[in-house]
Amino acid sequence: MTKIFETPLYPYERSADQDAAEPVRHPVVVIGAGPIGLAAAIDLARHDVPVVILDENDKVSWGSRAICFAKRPLEILDRLGCGQEMVDKGVQWNLGKVFFGDRKVYDFNLLPEEGHHRPAFINLQQYYFEEYLVNRARALEAEGKPIDLRGGSKVTAVEAKDDGVLLTVETPDGPYRIAADWVIACDGAGSPVRSMMGLDFVGRVFEDNFLIADVVMEAGFPTERWFWFDPPFNKGQSALLHKQPDNVWRIDLQLGWDIDKEKEKKPENVIPRLKAMLGEDAKFELEWVSIYTFQCRRMEKFRHGRVIFAGDAAHQVSPFGARGANSGLQDTDNLIWKLKLVMEGKAPETLLDSYDAERVHAADENILNSSRSTDFITPKSDQSRIFRDAVLDLAEHFEFARPIVNSGRLSVPATYDGSPLNGPDVAGMPDRTRPGAPAVDAPIGNGWLLSRLGDRFQLMTIDADAPDRIDVEGIEVERLELSTNDDPSGALAERYLGDAQAGIYLMRPDQHVAARWTKFNEAELRSAVNTATGALSNRVETPD
Amino acid sequence: MSELTLKANIDRPDDFYADLLAAHEGLPKAQSDALNARLILVLANQVGDREVLKDALAAAKQAMHRDPARS
Ligand SMILES: Cc1cc2nc3c(=O)[nH]c(=O)nc-3n(C[C@H](O)[C@H](O)[C@H](O)COP(=O)(O)OP(=O)(O)OC[C@H]3O[C@@H](n4cnc5c(N)ncnc54)[C@H](O)[C@@H]3O)c2cc1C
Repeated sequence: MTKIFETPLYPYERSADQDAAEPVRHPVVVIGAGPIGLAAAIDLARHDVPVVILDENDKVSWGSRAICFAKRPLEILDRLGCGQEMVDKGVQWNLGKVFFGDRKVYDFNLLPEEGHHRPAFINLQQYYFEEYLVNRARALEAEGKPIDLRGGSKVTAVEAKDDGVLLTVETPDGPYRIAADWVIACDGAGSPVRSMMGLDFVGRVFEDNFLIADVVMEAGFPTERWFWFDPPFNKGQSALLHKQPDNVWRIDLQLGWDIDKEKEKKPENVIPRLKAMLGEDAKFELEWVSIYTFQCRRMEKFRHGRVIFAGDAAHQVSPFGARGANSGLQDTDNLIWKLKLVMEGKAPETLLDSYDAERVHAADENILNSSRSTDFITPKSDQSRIFRDAVLDLAEHFEFARPIVNSGRLSVPATYDGSPLNGPDVAGMPDRTRPGAPAVDAPIGNGWLLSRLGDRFQLMTIDADAPDRIDVEGIEVERLELSTNDDPSGALAERYLGDAQAGIYLMRPDQHVAARWTKFNEAELRSAVNTATGALSNRVETPD
Repeated sequence: MSELTLKANIDRPDDFYADLLAAHEGLPKAQSDALNARLILVLANQVGDREVLKDALAAAKQAMHRDPARS
């Protein structure tokens, strides 16, 4: 059977642009149809912003790569219109086990908080993830939305100017040029665009290699995440076993630094390693094997004039903690509404610098977390190994040491503390929904809060009065009227009111909180909308 | 919250010191090092307060003897 990742999903087709005398100009060109480029293009097309996506390839990710998708990206996918397929196909898991040597030291239950539409995590092969995004793009195209996905189209030159970008695209029919007002570079960790523009990508390479194998097997292992430190079948190293749909299991085996990558990748060397782990009699088939050296790095700035970088092109993390694709989706979630306002002339171009500020902050948080996990898994000195082993030995006996065990801290969205877009806050309201934070879901009537938020500025009122609609210099702010009675479970009040009796939240189009109050004041709202759209010059003085 | 105390705070210090040595008695170096690491973690958990722990790390570093022959 041909695998989905062997099937061309968007084969090269000749475009009319190739026959034009002058380079045809497009409002937005996205380079790269990986998960991040596809998400960016879908978001733009949904808002009727014409978008061309160029990819040198015509298939989804070869082999699985990312497998673990967190709640926030699923919520973003809901907004994009393809969250349900992912959740339906994905495997949900809450239980994990940690082994040290030949002992199980403890198990854990993620015990997700009640009152959220989406689970804390699903496991899903990256090729399915990308396939569903391609399907979504195709569905939008069929609805007449302006999305043009071009396979077999490799960008080979980038000429960035003050008011746009000129691209050279190599195709099976030879090269052609197109122009773009804006370019979003989602061309992955090796980003040729970044190199062509001579931009930096600095950080840390971990002196270690991991064998990543996806195997298909009918196995009795439960749907849990198993992590081994120093197991008998991989002495001195680590190992991971995690389930994906279709009886595919992800296995990570740490190999160390001085290895021959090509040799280790050969099935005759991989299979004995897997048998040592799974048992001599285990029946399995190798679906995909690869060897990675993990790196944590980022560009100094994600915006370079009219070229904006997102996803792995902008930042790369080691996979422990599943932060690559998860954080890349949050990049485009942050970027697209801003770009749209700027393109419509409703916000100054400088609003895009807040993309840089907010997502660099998030990337640093991800790099910090993923570096710390890597340092725990691969101790860098004798002393750090002594402490690492001490934590594991203690964890077997005492609960206090378990939170210190770090086999990957699973991805949570960044709160944009200190962002220039944040407006006023109120003391005594819950910390988790402070300005800069992503909205926290809650049950509302028969549905969910997050399905009623997003894509536009909204004024969410909880047991408070406010006008139904306010126009702030061309930006419509629409009221979403809620009451604590809508949620008998009390989650809404707990997550949004805290000590307050009533709450008024200005929500951004990416479902992040911009500002909050306990009662409506028009001047303050106007000022907060101006702040949240970067229109600081229009700032209204607030009465005291 | 509380502050790091650098005044004498251990009841009968000679007895404590003897207990500490006794715990390490007869252990090979690797096991002694591991025991120390576990002990640090147990005590750190007892302290809990991150500021106090930072001050404790700083105090321990400050008392480092700078004799090159011992480095
Ligand atoms: C082993 C492993 C496990 C992982 N696990 C997880 C996980 O559990 N959760 C998670 O969130 N992330 C995980 N990741 C990270 C995740 O795979 C990446 O973060 C994600 O693929 C990044 O998406 P992207 O769209 O930015 O880049 P990519 O997926 O790399 O896509 C880049 C695209 O750009 C195209 N391209 C490149 N150059 C050009 C050019 N010149 N012209 C046109 N097109 C071009 C490529 O063909 C490709 O389609 C893992 C990664 C690895 C390696």
